Amino acid sequence: MDFSLSEEQQLLKDSVQRFVREEYELESRRKLVATDIGYSEDNWAKMAELGWLALPLPEEYGGIGGGAVDTMVLMEEFGRGLVVEPYMSSVIIGGGFLMAGGSEKHKTELLPKLGAGELKLAFGYAERQSRFDLNDVECKAEKSGDGYILNGHKGVVFHAATADKIIVSARTSGGSRDADGITLFLVDNNCNGLSRRDYPTVDGLRASELELDGVAVGADAVLGAVGGGAALMEEVVGQAIAAICAESVGCMDVLQETTNEYLKTRVQFGVPLSKFQVLQHRMVDMFMECEQARSMCYMVTLKIGDEDPVERAKAVSAAKVQIGNSGRYVGQQSVQLHGGMGMTDELHVGHYFKRLTMIDTMFGNKDHHLKRYADL
Amino acid sequence: MDMHYRPEDLAFQAEVRQFIQANLPADLADKVRRGLHLDKEDFVFWQKKLNEQGWFAPHWPVALGGVEWNPTQHYLFQNEQVEGCCPPVIPFGVRMVAPVIFTYGSEEQKQRFLPDILDSTAWWCQGYSEPGSGSDLASLQTKAVRDGDDYIVNGTKTWTTLAQYADWIFCLVRTSTEGKPQEGISFLLIDMNSPGIDVTPIITIDGSHEVNSVFFTDVRVPAENLIGQENQGWTYAKFLLLFERSNSLTGSLKQQLHRLRGVARQELTGGAPLCADPAFAARLADYEVQLRSYEFLELRTLGNSRPGAEASYLKIIGTDLQQLASELTLQAVAYYGNPHISDALVHGYNEPSVGPDYAAPAAPQYFNYRKTAIYAGSNEIQRNILSKAVLGM
Repeated sequence: MDFSLSEEQQLLKDSVQRFVREEYELESRRKLVATDIGYSEDNWAKMAELGWLALPLPEEYGGIGGGAVDTMVLMEEFGRGLVVEPYMSSVIIGGGFLMAGGSEKHKTELLPKLGAGELKLAFGYAERQSRFDLNDVECKAEKSGDGYILNGHKGVVFHAATADKIIVSARTSGGSRDADGITLFLVDNNCNGLSRRDYPTVDGLRASELELDGVAVGADAVLGAVGGGAALMEEVVGQAIAAICAESVGCMDVLQETTNEYLKTRVQFGVPLSKFQVLQHRMVDMFMECEQARSMCYMVTLKIGDEDPVERAKAVSAAKVQIGNSGRYVGQQSVQLHGGMGMTDELHVGHYFKRLTMIDTMFGNKDHHLKRYADL
Repeated sequence: MDMHYRPEDLAFQAEVRQFIQANLPADLADKVRRGLHLDKEDFVFWQKKLNEQGWFAPHWPVALGGVEWNPTQHYLFQNEQVEGCCPPVIPFGVRMVAPVIFTYGSEEQKQRFLPDILDSTAWWCQGYSEPGSGSDLASLQTKAVRDGDDYIVNGTKTWTTLAQYADWIFCLVRTSTEGKPQEGISFLLIDMNSPGIDVTPIITIDGSHEVNSVFFTDVRVPAENLIGQENQGWTYAKFLLLFERSNSLTGSLKQQLHRLRGVARQELTGGAPLCADPAFAARLADYEVQLRSYEFLELRTLGNSRPGAEASYLKIIGTDLQQLASELTLQAVAYYGNPHISDALVHGYNEPSVGPDYAAPAAPQYFNYRKTAIYAGSNEIQRNILSKAVLGM
């Protein structure tokens, strides 16, 4: 057993830390969030240049061939910086689908572009009625000649506005909540019949509602097996959850450190707040939540490649439950212990709290994953 | 013991209901029901209506405009208003500074200030907290120095709710640095139009503008605006804080639960309503049980002439429940807590909503309600009060 980082991983960590330090002062982030696209194309180009966009992609397709631990290292630092570039949507999820389900042609044509920052992807899966069930899909894909016609709605599709292609789950057969019969399609963002309503999210990201009204795609738009989208989604969303756990650990650590520092410097009743036992214990509880979250983050990162799908799924859900609990506690208490200051938009604490809150919702909240864990 | 309302209380409840139905415009009720932003005009409109009926200041002495209701009627009145989706009464004038004025103020001050509070021509705000004085309120530094017939005030107040609308601010100011910090504080009424006052918005994490910083630079305040005795302000402040903490929350908690149930009926999971999901149904039931317990806790304190320690535990438990309901609502709307369209909470926003209508206020309210465990004496401070005052620790 060894939970230390390799030399390369430490270098990666240092490099992402430097990026966050240089580009992600709270004021710089505020400016990014307020722009039209909500992030910086310069940052995206820089990420390409530093090899981060190619990090998890295979070497034969221009990638670095990094593993889950490398992704974890990067995502944790992104969490510390509250980075808003579409790394999760494009590289982790989009790249994940191409690697797991793309044809040789997809991989040869798209993966090098993805790694070079010339292609961005998004993933549309949620629907109004679906809640967190990836297999609750009413969006329909009907066979038409060699290709398919897609009709339906996709909600809260992160970073859809700036994606070149959107991966959409649609039903090619079966009833609306059957695992069988879901197919994943690679849809051009500017294709006929696709309309979007774009909006910012409460944690500073961008998302869209998609309407697919007779969107025609060719047979080559299918990712993976026709009707076999459920397994593919489970695999890739599992990886995404592992990555978001790392992001969340980064967010929590910042809050824990900042709050600790605040309690030591804020004087009330003639002494620093850190002298009050009730706050000391609260702080210790926050610290323990961070440590538990980190442990579960390592656990899921190391188990995400497990051969046994049940073992893998349990690891994913267990980690997501932990992140939900810890993120809630650390986020809420950080605001509480900062008092009125914690409530202000001006201080960074609230922004981390909001991100942690929305991370709980991503890919299923604590309740959803507890149930899933129990059912496995 | 008897847990039933008496017939005269029920008749009173019906009368209040009828009044609300007859006087509250449907679109205003709808704004409140949907959790949209209310304008100054909305608050003032309803306060004036209540005043026309003689119900705006029911807890004041009858001679000054109050009503002779029993404690149960006061309680029913507050809760009927919430249930009827009336705009909440802004407490700073009628519930906070007014009792200080009619208890400790001069005859002249009563005649000067109370009528404008009663008919809502004067909007008041509260100048208590300062950047360096939160939980430790008595350490406040805003100075008032006597200069002839005036005080000259310098300093900063913060978290001042709705100061952007205010005509007057009641302030705790330091008039002496001798003795204990509490002993050098005075209670001063300051015209917000005085030269040297600057109001700066503080935007909170939900994106709203409720609170402000108020800066005082050489502000001249006539000494006749001092309440009671110089350096006795802490006594008046403590008296007022009890009112701040003793607002009934049962009605608004029930309203939150009602909204939450509505959301849980409409949201789907696995093809069935969320409220039928065993895990979520259990959380709803748990919330409702806690609310029932809170309600009876409140009812047991009715009729206590001076709200004391119970104000502290009601504040802790009540705000915990406010936060919990907002959290469950955010969980209920799932992915549709994400969209952040600030105009969506403004009445008359005509774009179709992103996702269901009820989802838009969920995240802002959850974020905003974190304040409830911080304001009016943080819940940690309330526990200190209880451990000292009740448990004698």
